[in-house]
Amino acid sequence: MNGIHDLGGMHGFGPVVVEQDEPYFHEEWEGRMLAMMIACFAAGVYNVDRFRHPIEKMDPHHYLLASYYEKWLCTVEQNCIDAGIVTREEVDARHAQLMKEKAA
Amino acid sequence: MKDGNHSHANVLIPDVGLRVKALESLLAEKKVIDPAALDLIVETFETQMGPKNGAKVVAKAWVDPAYRKWLLEDGTAAIGSLGYIGVQGENMVALENTPEVHNVVVCTLCSCYPWPTLGLPPIWFKSAPYRARVVIDPRSVLKEFGLDIADDVEVRVWDSTAELRYLVLPMRPEGTEGLSEQELASLVTRDSMIGTGLAQSPSH
Repeated sequence: MNGIHDLGGMHGFGPVVVEQDEPYFHEEWEGRMLAMMIACFAAGVYNVDRFRHPIEKMDPHHYLLASYYEKWLCTVEQNCIDAGIVTREEVDARHAQLMKEKAA
Repeated sequence: MKDGNHSHANVLIPDVGLRVKALESLLAEKKVIDPAALDLIVETFETQMGPKNGAKVVAKAWVDPAYRKWLLEDGTAAIGSLGYIGVQGENMVALENTPEVHNVVVCTLCSCYPWPTLGLPPIWFKSAPYRARVVIDPRSVLKEFGLDIADDVEVRVWDSTAELRYLVLPMRPEGTEGLSEQELASLVTRDSMIGTGLAQSPSH
């Protein structure tokens, strides 16, 4: 698949930016996302190819700007929907509820 | 960034951490995952995974010629013999740096990285600039890491896949003849095992 993920050899991205003493997780949710990705893999929700496919189908603008943990959220959520475990509406509703609680 | 039609804000997922939390809570309610198991996974990564594991592999290869030979012939088995096996390290190939050849590793398609030996990849390894450029202009990328590879040294770039991961075996620094394996391991940096650095000299 010739998509935005196939970055090798592209020009124009500029210098490699290195963060000194980078922590494993910049925010707590990144660790939760990593663990959820592994737990769903262990639970048989997807294999490696099924895991990668939704990332490679992401909107190119979103792909380039999203952190890896955000990309993982996209594919774990999509795989859980494809497997019939949750619906997009359920995730949207719970997300909206949590944002509302935070704002309150 | 304001450029008229779109901004970063409406491309990225709003309040992404809360969406992760939303998905986690739903999957927990449906008994697909156990939040306590997630706690354990995070703790394992924070305490047991990281480049110190790969450094032990490298130090052993520096002091034990038989192990070095095994590592270069069958990386998966030799690394596995030290206990560094598991997800994202199922198939390992060790790449030997020599005075003639410098190896550097990338994953152009995503972020494949040998978790059991190096832990989680740094952001730059997953970033577009590194993935795009190291395969067509590795010497300039290495220069940005402070690594000036002489013109008569061949640079080999290895593109990881979901199934196959690489560990660079850096050259043993000079002046380390009397050091123990443990002391040697402390000289082996993460970047030296990716190929964007060298092992430190003992005077560092």
